[in-house]
Amino acid sequence: MVSLSQYLILAAALFAIGVVGIFLNRKNLVVLLMAIELILLAVNLNFVAFSHYLWGMSGQVFVFFILTVAAAESAIGLAILIVLFRNRRTINVDDFDTLKG
Amino acid sequence: MTFEDAIFYFFAAVLLGSAAMVVTIRNPVKSALFLVLAFVSAACLWMLLKAEFLAIVLVLVYVGAVMVLFLFVVMMIDVNLAVLRQGFADYLPVGGLVAVLMVAEIALAVGPKQFAAGRLAHAATHVAHPHYSNTRALGMLLYTTYVYPFEIAAVILLVAIIAAIALTMRRRPDTKYQDPARQVEVRAQDRMRIVKMRTEPKA
Repeated sequence: MVSLSQYLILAAALFAIGVVGIFLNRKNLVVLLMAIELILLAVNLNFVAFSHYLWGMSGQVFVFFILTVAAAESAIGLAILIVLFRNRRTINVDDFDTLKG
Repeated sequence: MTFEDAIFYFFAAVLLGSAAMVVTIRNPVKSALFLVLAFVSAACLWMLLKAEFLAIVLVLVYVGAVMVLFLFVVMMIDVNLAVLRQGFADYLPVGGLVAVLMVAEIALAVGPKQFAAGRLAHAATHVAHPHYSNTRALGMLLYTTYVYPFEIAAVILLVAIIAAIALTMRRRPDTKYQDPARQVEVRAQDRMRIVKMRTEPKA
């Protein structure tokens, strides 16, 4: 019998790996976006687990909307990445400092 | 340890292992592929939680669309990996410390003391109606209670489509292309000049 706390701790570990990914790959914009996807996946896992153990469907509806917004976010993020790469020939975050005064 | 436990631990191990590979591996293409593995094992865990529709949607939308988009982008741009990996080892200790502290704190908050198997067991062992369908239940909610947020979600996707196309579309100045609107609205007098002149007499 898998308990709710096992799912919650698993989601916490996944969330932590996503945060570490942002720490480690702070220059690589593509892997930063992937780490954000991991964090969103951890949040969705929490929602689905609570929805199952509390026997309510609202959590799953919320996951549906999170998936929609996350797909839109990654599509626009990758489009911005393409435009940046086209103009600057790099995806290093440290090189995007033209707005710095 | 029941069979369900074994399945849970297997998929959890695959999920955490592939997530760790996503953030540590050198090659962005490989990390995108490991992210696919992470999504698939998360979908299997959602199946275990009886969220069948969302598990299928995760595989179809995420693995099928978003990750393919990631792979396209990663393969389209050529990245200088040596520059991008600078500082990787420097941030490893502080990143690991933050991660361990975060997991420990959340585990204290949501640990077995609060959400143990016995406390919510009546909900988990609830036997569904034989004709119960997760997709049908989700659809009933989405198209009645949540119909307004559902339409807003559709508008968000439309905004994403238009934004992505508008951002990445460009006109190269050096390529030749036809403009059908200007071709259609051209008049005969724009292109042709009728010159009145005397006929040349035969010599």
